Amino acid sequence: MSQAAEADRRLADLMKRAQAGDRAAYQAVLRACVPLAAAAARRAGVPPSAVDDVVQDVLLTIHRALPTYDPARPFMPWLRAIAARRAIDSLRSQGRRGAREVHDEAAYLNHPEEDVDFIEQAARQGDAARLREAIATLPPRQREAVEILGLREQTLEQAAEATGHSKVALKVNFFRAIRSLRSRLGGNADV
Amino acid sequence: MRMSDSTAQEGLIGRLAENLRPVTPLPAPWKRTVFWFAAVVVLAALLATQADLPALLVRLRAAPDMWLSQAGALLTAFLAAWAAFQTSVPGRSTWWAALPLPAFLLWVGASTAGCLRLSPLPGTEHEPAMHPVVCLEFLVIVSAPLAGLLTWRLMRACPLRPGLTALLAGLASSGAAASLLAFLHPFDATADDLLVHFVAVLGVVGLCRVFGKRVLDQ
Repeated sequence: MSQAAEADRRLADLMKRAQAGDRAAYQAVLRACVPLAAAAARRAGVPPSAVDDVVQDVLLTIHRALPTYDPARPFMPWLRAIAARRAIDSLRSQGRRGAREVHDEAAYLNHPEEDVDFIEQAARQGDAARLREAIATLPPRQREAVEILGLREQTLEQAAEATGHSKVALKVNFFRAIRSLRSRLGGNADV
Repeated sequence: MRMSDSTAQEGLIGRLAENLRPVTPLPAPWKRTVFWFAAVVVLAALLATQADLPALLVRLRAAPDMWLSQAGALLTAFLAAWAAFQTSVPGRSTWWAALPLPAFLLWVGASTAGCLRLSPLPGTEHEPAMHPVVCLEFLVIVSAPLAGLLTWRLMRACPLRPGLTALLAGLASSGAAASLLAFLHPFDATADDLLVHFVAVLGVVGLCRVFGKRVLDQ
């Protein structure tokens, strides 16, 4: 049996155990998927800065699609299809965003911090559980920005240092997150 | 990869593993198709109790294009549903979406042939067997629960192209509804009928494409 076929058989076996509820097997298969998903994203032309977002989307999709995997079939085509699709989704979403948004670093950095109030207000109004659920469904980078800037209330400088992202990137992700949180929690989507 | 990305991924993997519940792998797409088609058969059995079956059989024997049209609609329903279930599983080829095309062409072709055969002579008028609006209502009302059931079954999977899967679900439901219409409308389609059928099928497919995509995309 070739090395690739052997690796596929091993992953298929781990998936079978994961479907039965084996958490260790599930973690092992998800970890093995990270480099494979990253490679698929790079092959599809996803910019390096967005590859990790695609990887996290792939992991979330694997979680949702777990019952669709047939252990009698090879694992790699199943994973490749998910990774390729999420890479295309990422490229499309970047294309749409690029056509819609104007990038002005100074404007982002000088925008007042009133959005933190929105999160505090939502939490105070007894919406904490809904807020947590809505935050969990955000794309990984937006979730990270909300957790650090909104919930832990770190400054932009501290957050940039802790995450390794630029201040502008953090603030852009924070704005986008607040926008989707507002619309999901019934508030005004305009920031 | 930056350290923070690696930490975020590890965190996510930990959370996903924590939320892991045992799952039963979904049955094969053809089995799920048979389950959905059983609902079509149940509806057919219910309608058969209201229909004039001897008259229907006489009409079907007398008009071969009606047979073909019915067979085309029914085959389109089954094959489109099968294709929808196939495309809802990651890794299955998108070429599955082409599966119902030959049956769809048979359905449209045979219906058109029947319509042309019925074309009235110049100066005469053909009396429609059933008001076209009633046909339209029937097609939409019967398609809706079938599309709902199909979408509900598809939601258990993970369609990576939800728009395509939803479109196939719409085609399956409208094909099934069109074949069930024969119980109440055992006649060849007139031009008006054909136009109404076309509008209804297009409407159901379009609605499924729009609303089904939203549902399946979640």
